[in-house]
Amino acid sequence: MTHKQRKNLVRIAAAAVLGVAAYFIPLDGWWRLVLFAVPYLIIGYDVLWSAVTNIIHGQVFDENFLMALATVGAFAIGEYPEAAAVMLFYQVGELFQSIAVGKSRRSIASLMDIKPDHAVVIRNGQELTVSPEQVAVGETIIVRSGEKIPLDGVIIEGSTTVNTAALTGESLPRDYAEGDNVISGSVNITAVIRIRVMSQYAQSTVAKILELVENSASQKAKTENFITRFARYYTPCVVIAAAVVAIVPSLLTGQWSQWINRALIFLVVSCPCALVISVPLSFFGGIGGASKKGILIKGSNYLEALSKVRIVAFDKTGTLTCGNFSVAAIHPQAMSQAELLDIAALAESYSLHPIAASILRAHGGHIDKERIGSIEERAGMGIIASIDGQTVYAGNGRLMDEAHAAWHECSTEVGTVIHIAKQGVYCGHIVIADQVKPESQNAIVELKTLGIQRTVMLTGDIQKVGHAVAVQLGLDEVHTGLLPADKTGVIEKLLKIKPRGSTLAFVGDGINDAPVLARADVGIAMGAMGSDAAIEAADVVLMDDKPTKVAEAIKVAKKTMVIVRQNIWFALSVKAIVLLLGALGIANMWIAVFADVGVSVIAIINAMRALR
Amino acid sequence: MKKTFLLEELDCANCARKMEEGIKKIEGVDTCSVNFLSQKLTIEADDATFDEILNKAVKVCRRIEPDCKIIY
Repeated sequence: MTHKQRKNLVRIAAAAVLGVAAYFIPLDGWWRLVLFAVPYLIIGYDVLWSAVTNIIHGQVFDENFLMALATVGAFAIGEYPEAAAVMLFYQVGELFQSIAVGKSRRSIASLMDIKPDHAVVIRNGQELTVSPEQVAVGETIIVRSGEKIPLDGVIIEGSTTVNTAALTGESLPRDYAEGDNVISGSVNITAVIRIRVMSQYAQSTVAKILELVENSASQKAKTENFITRFARYYTPCVVIAAAVVAIVPSLLTGQWSQWINRALIFLVVSCPCALVISVPLSFFGGIGGASKKGILIKGSNYLEALSKVRIVAFDKTGTLTCGNFSVAAIHPQAMSQAELLDIAALAESYSLHPIAASILRAHGGHIDKERIGSIEERAGMGIIASIDGQTVYAGNGRLMDEAHAAWHECSTEVGTVIHIAKQGVYCGHIVIADQVKPESQNAIVELKTLGIQRTVMLTGDIQKVGHAVAVQLGLDEVHTGLLPADKTGVIEKLLKIKPRGSTLAFVGDGINDAPVLARADVGIAMGAMGSDAAIEAADVVLMDDKPTKVAEAIKVAKKTMVIVRQNIWFALSVKAIVLLLGALGIANMWIAVFADVGVSVIAIINAMRALR
Repeated sequence: MKKTFLLEELDCANCARKMEEGIKKIEGVDTCSVNFLSQKLTIEADDATFDEILNKAVKVCRRIEPDCKIIY
């Protein structure tokens, strides 16, 4: 509790004691007024004072003014205990509200606890502790175990395990050694490392993330704007209604105090605080909760759009697949798999082609280059090498034809096929393919269960490869052979056919698909750790490269929107009911105060669910 | 120029909304946002008259919530 909150608690206690005492002291007339005025002033002097100063400043429909008017009005019609009690109850509600808001502020702040507070830099051979902003590019910093890495850089001494949980939401310790890049905001776990700083703090990953999340409040969702507009009209309307209730029936019936009492109830209910506070709080909670999971959302408008996604389009390479080619299958003929791989690795050992690299990676062992005689590289076909004195052909079908080998296409695997023939005899083939990410299939299944109607894959790859991946993952639609510009065209077409009121999300890795990310309703970039381009271009940024995070982001968005709607309906219906009951004379001022501050507190507590 | 200030004792969400609207009406202010949760005021305004605009903004805030202080 803050100092102010403690002070208010004391005031509430004092006013409560005096108020109860006043209730049992049998005095009448002016003395009775004085008895209740004392606790009333103790609890309400600040409200009255703000009301007066606000009127001087021209702030008419302010909460303090409305409460002051309602309670002074109650005094005027002789309802002394009620006036004091309403003010007391109001202050209790305000105290609760202030505690609840403080608590949610703190829990959101703790999510943002990735900001490093200091860096230990080495200058002139001495260790200096400075703030991360003061470290220049190229300087050397020391990070001890258990400390946050304050700046992006490369390890120049030591090896350690680093946990990126604060950034990606998943506790996955990774080992790093000299020469590896480490990212600010992650935690050094095991050993002391020295890092050469590669970027200033303002350009570091952690600063970018913080800026993104803090600025997210400025991009407001439609629902949020609606509430702001609503609040502007709600209060004046209810106050006018209160005036009407006070005057019109009284003129007809002559029962002034009864109708003024009912009008005062209107004044108490007229503050739109519950809505104005809880809706942005729910959105902020949703964005905060998502960032805890490694999903950064640039504004509540994108959170709202995410909740309405019906079509999800994926880029293939690097998004659904790993983006690095590796050996998918080895199909030898009349020899063992190891023998075939050995021959292929020997033949490819001097090649710089990515396919050669993946064969060598799969081989893994030592390659005895003594065994290789001459090597001839045939562009667009493959390699002809002399190994152990025998002529080896390694390449595509055309090369096999040249070698007069009896080759055949691979019947099971899809990918780039390297055929191998020795002395004109076909030895078999090796299939190189991009690996589908282990999470991809699950990601599509989860999207389906979330009600996504269409999952689409866009790829520049050939039809055969694209279709194979689409079938394996269970995607609804696949567009192959696309140039980067064609992808935007496909997105345009999908945008035209999407159901009304729904949105389309595009998921890419942020490299060279920036125009597509921008064109989609929601552009989601993944694997953003360390990539500035992706953070700039996308509306939603996934810190790691797991496609399952897309479904998770949609889940968070949907949950947040449910909470937002609950809060709007709860607050509006309680107020509407109390207004109605108040007009009919059923509700009293106690209920009215509950409809004001009680509803706020409940809505705030509900909003905090979005954080989890 | 874009600057961010801390708002202390910002107690009421509706007041934050009113402050934002009030400051937006000051001449020379391009954008303004009052974030009730992070208790931050961000003003983007003309460089030349920024100090003057800031003074007016302080007045707007004081008028709406007298307890609230702008820290800068």
